[in-house]
Amino acid sequence: MWKTVVRRVLVMIPQLFILSLIVFILAKQMPGDPFTGLITPETDPSRIEELRIQAGFYDPWYEQYYRWIANALQGDFGQSYTYKIAVSTLIGERALNTFWLSLLSVILVYLLAIPLGMLAGRKQDTLLDKIIILYSFISFAIPTFVLSLVFLFVFGYRLMWFPTSGTVDVGLESGTLTYYWNKIYHLLLPAMTAAILGTTGIIQYLRSEIIDAKTQDYVKTARSKGIPIRRIYTRHIFRNSVLPIAAFLGFTITGLLGGSIFIETIYGYPGMGELFISSITSRDYSVITALIMLYGFLALLGSLLSDIIMSIVDPRIRID
Amino acid sequence: MTQHNNETVMMESTPPTGIQVVLREFKKDKVAMFSFVGVTLIIISIFITAWMLDQEEVLKINLFERYTEPGENGYILGADEAGRDVLGQLVIGAKNSLLIAIWVTVIANIIGIALGIIMGYYSGIVDNVMMRIIDFIITLPTFMIFIVLVSIIPEYGVFELVMIISAFQWIGVARLIRSKALSEGRRDYVSASKTMGTSDFAIMFKGVLPNLSSLLIVEFTLSLAGNIGIETGLSFLGFGLPPSTPSLGTLVSYARNPLVLAEKWWVWLPASLLILLLILGINYIGQAFRRAADAKQRLG
Repeated sequence: MWKTVVRRVLVMIPQLFILSLIVFILAKQMPGDPFTGLITPETDPSRIEELRIQAGFYDPWYEQYYRWIANALQGDFGQSYTYKIAVSTLIGERALNTFWLSLLSVILVYLLAIPLGMLAGRKQDTLLDKIIILYSFISFAIPTFVLSLVFLFVFGYRLMWFPTSGTVDVGLESGTLTYYWNKIYHLLLPAMTAAILGTTGIIQYLRSEIIDAKTQDYVKTARSKGIPIRRIYTRHIFRNSVLPIAAFLGFTITGLLGGSIFIETIYGYPGMGELFISSITSRDYSVITALIMLYGFLALLGSLLSDIIMSIVDPRIRID
Repeated sequence: MTQHNNETVMMESTPPTGIQVVLREFKKDKVAMFSFVGVTLIIISIFITAWMLDQEEVLKINLFERYTEPGENGYILGADEAGRDVLGQLVIGAKNSLLIAIWVTVIANIIGIALGIIMGYYSGIVDNVMMRIIDFIITLPTFMIFIVLVSIIPEYGVFELVMIISAFQWIGVARLIRSKALSEGRRDYVSASKTMGTSDFAIMFKGVLPNLSSLLIVEFTLSLAGNIGIETGLSFLGFGLPPSTPSLGTLVSYARNPLVLAEKWWVWLPASLLILLLILGINYIGQAFRRAADAKQRLG
């Protein structure tokens, strides 16, 4: 299996290389440059011009690309010119916020989707099954921004159950139990939104998987041995049907990261998606390029992770 | 159920045609029937009303009517921040959103079908090279690239938006068509055509293509729903249609102002619900088409 993993990682390198070229060319098309961020009322325009020449702004593009990629490989993506700090530091802070949001979302996705999918498959064609199918249909069709706005309106502004923006209340002492609870409290509504949108695939997959399993020989054997139906579902069928779902994990994580643009913007949650939109608006190019590279890398990593988990879970598809 | 089947067998000695199968599927599935009638009525009424409405009149700023509540002063759905009629904007926005989604779907499907059939029919090296390119594009963070492209194109308008979205949306179609064309290309009728000296082009587009038509209808419907979501999403973030051409997403985007979101629900909620209804309805129709296209899944 390690051979496959190594091969996949090797394939990732040219893909990332092409992505970096595209991102770099796009970034060059954008007006402005990193030095615009250094301009303050006291700076002398000729000094900036000097800096530009010093940094090789007028060099041929391949030399600039080489410098950019060499720095990027060492984790240096330049300076953010709106925040005036290193891009890597800025993204690091935001990535941590997005990570907590995604983690809670993934947990909620599985907590919601597994029981619903199991129930729908077990009670096939009953009213309950139909309701669950309808739910998965709506959650598939509803755009992220519509669901987020409706949730924020209903639970945030009308019922006032949840805070409407931010990560934590001001004035709470960091490190205390109340502080952490308050953080989770701020996360709950955005995470619920992301989780509901993420359940569709898993519910539908699990449902059809369980319906298929019902007629399998191992279930018949278990029945004829006299094992109670409940136990067959919770032990035998569950284990066989739930395992492939673990393989979705990689895609689920990347999917959640991608969907975070809408959720973070609407809930005013300072994560990577929100940073991307605000950087586009303020034309903070060094941040934009770094973010696109990061998302591209995460997407590749997600599909690799899925394949690895899949081959651990299901030895039949292990390719050497 | 069995009785019904016997009847059909007796009545029809010839197998049912495509349209009959689809009709029977819709008759069996009341929700799909309802969606079909509903979506058709909504779309027709949107286009007729939008055609009769004067866009200049609707978009004229009238600060006296700022945030007029629904039902007052002749504003059925109230007015927005600048005193513009929400109902009028809703109709015009829906027309624009639908037209864009249809354009994107048509363009993406034409490119996707052509490339997909070529890849599947020739297979071998053509297929290999194209598949590597597709595999690469799939891993790109598409939505972010849309936003970046929208913000760097200088003369940005409706045409550019359609092109940007279509440039990425053909991939799904191409992959699907390719996998079907791969197996279709090994069928006897294709070999027979080849022996008779029919040109590759004729085999691909007159022989293989019609055999994939049921699949194409399904794909077209489902991607139409997806494209409505993409366009309204981009417009919601402010990177979709230019302000002169309002979309449903533009109307929803007023809710990014917390005051509008919390207090003036009539500005953004109708547009949100219309987006949801359109996507849900079109998806449901697509699912019914899919079941009709696959004999194993048919209800009727």
